[in-house]
Amino acid sequence: MNGIHDMGGMQDMGPTRPEKDEPVFHEPWEGRVFALDMALGADWSGNAERYQIELIPPADYLRMSYYEKWLTSLLELIVKTGMVTRTEIESGKATESNTKAGHMLSVAEVAPLVATGSPSTRNVPAVAHFQAGQRVRASNVNPAGHTRLPRYARGKLGVVEHDHGVFVFPDTDAHGLGEKPQHVYSVRFAARELWGKQANRRDSVYVDIWDDHLEAA
Amino acid sequence: MTTTRRDLLTAALTAAGATVTPDFTHAQGRDHDHDHDHQVAPSDPALRVKALESLLVAKGLVDRVALDALVDTYEHKVGPRNGARVVAHAWADRAYKQRLLTNANKAIGELGYGGAQGEHMVVVENTATVHNLVVCTLCSCYPWPVLGLPPVWYKSAAYRSRTVIDPRGVLREFGLELSDDVEVRVWDSTAELRYLVLPERPGGTENMDEVQLAALVTRDAMVGTAKVTAQRGGSRP
Repeated sequence: MNGIHDMGGMQDMGPTRPEKDEPVFHEPWEGRVFALDMALGADWSGNAERYQIELIPPADYLRMSYYEKWLTSLLELIVKTGMVTRTEIESGKATESNTKAGHMLSVAEVAPLVATGSPSTRNVPAVAHFQAGQRVRASNVNPAGHTRLPRYARGKLGVVEHDHGVFVFPDTDAHGLGEKPQHVYSVRFAARELWGKQANRRDSVYVDIWDDHLEAA
Repeated sequence: MTTTRRDLLTAALTAAGATVTPDFTHAQGRDHDHDHDHQVAPSDPALRVKALESLLVAKGLVDRVALDALVDTYEHKVGPRNGARVVAHAWADRAYKQRLLTNANKAIGELGYGGAQGEHMVVVENTATVHNLVVCTLCSCYPWPVLGLPPVWYKSAAYRSRTVIDPRGVLREFGLELSDDVEVRVWDSTAELRYLVLPERPGGTENMDEVQLAALVTRDAMVGTAKVTAQRGGSRP
C-alpha cells in the first residue's frame, strides 16, 4: 500500500532529535502494551500485525506515538482473532467464553520466547532467479496490501550484492495467502540512481528485496 | 476502518472509567518532528491499557507475571551493552571478527545473544573509508538482542524518511560530519535481516581489555549515527 508508513525519501518531517538518557519505556503503559503484544503475538502473523499498523489513517499515524500505534493494532487483532469481542472491550467485562482458547504464555516461557524469536527462513527448495553481481531492476508495482518493496526503490536499477536465502513472503503472508517462501537479496542502489545528482556519487542504499519484486536488467 | 478503530479506542477508554474521550487533536500543537510527548496526555493510554490488560487476564489470555517478566527483560537484560560486548570482542579477537562479518548469527550466539528481532543478523563494518548507517523506512525494525528496543528517534518519521535520501544531513544532526570522500552505505531493514554496525576501533585503545573497550561502545555507534571515541568512556547511549 502506498501509505504514510512508506516514508523513505520524504523531506518534510523535520530534524532528528535524539533524547538524552532515554528510558526503554517512557511510561509504564508502554511496557504493558509491548508485553501484551509479545505475549499474544503467537496468535497472528507478524506481517498481519504490521499491515494492521499500516492501516492507521495517515493523520493519526503521524500523531500517535509508537506504542499508541501498537495499542491500536492490538485492539483490532484481538477482536479479529476472536480472543475478545468489541462488546467486551466496550464494557471492560469478560462476558463471552474464550472460544479462541489460545495458549497462555507462562512466565517460564518468556525466556525461551525472547531467546528464540520466530525465524522467517524456510527450509524449502526455491529457485533463485538472481545471483550476486547481477544487475537488476526493482519492479514497478503498487500493491494495495502489505508490501516490503519501498516506493523509492521501485523501477530503479541496482546490483545484487548477496543472496540471504529463502524467507516467507510478507506480501502474501500478511493477508493469509500463504508463506510463498522465496529468496531475499541484498540489492545495492547507487544514491544517484535513487535521488539524482544531489546525492554524493560514492553513496549507496542497500535494500533487502524478495525474488518476486526483482527483474533482470 | 477508521470509525471502527476510533470506536474501539473510545470504548476501551469508557471501560476504564475515564470521563474524557481520546484527544487526538492536542498533538497538533507539538513539534511535528517529535512524535512522543508523554507530558501532554499521560492518562488516556494508561487507562485504556489498564482496562485492556484486566480484560485479557479475566479471560485467561495473559498472565500478569509473564507480562512483568517481558517488561523486565527488555528494561534490564536485553540492551546495547550486549552489542557493545560483541563489538569489543571483535576488536580484540581477529578470528571472531571474521566470523562475525561472515556468519553474524553464529558469532553473536557465541556470546549468548540472539532471538526475537535478531533471528537473521548481518554485521557491517565501518572503516576509514566506509561508513554504514542503519534505518527502517517502512517500520522500526531494529536488532533487539544486541541493542534492545529502539529509541524514539529511530522510530521517528524524521529519521525514517530522510536517512535514505540525506544520510549525511541526518548524521550532521547527530554531530557527525563525514568527509565527502568517505563512502556512506545506508542499510534499509525492509526484510527480516537485522543490521548491526561494527564501529571503527578508536586510536589510543591498544592497551585496553575487552571490558574497557565495551565501555566505550555506544548504542548510536552501533546504529551508525556516531563514532566511538577513546574519550567517551562509559557514556551512553
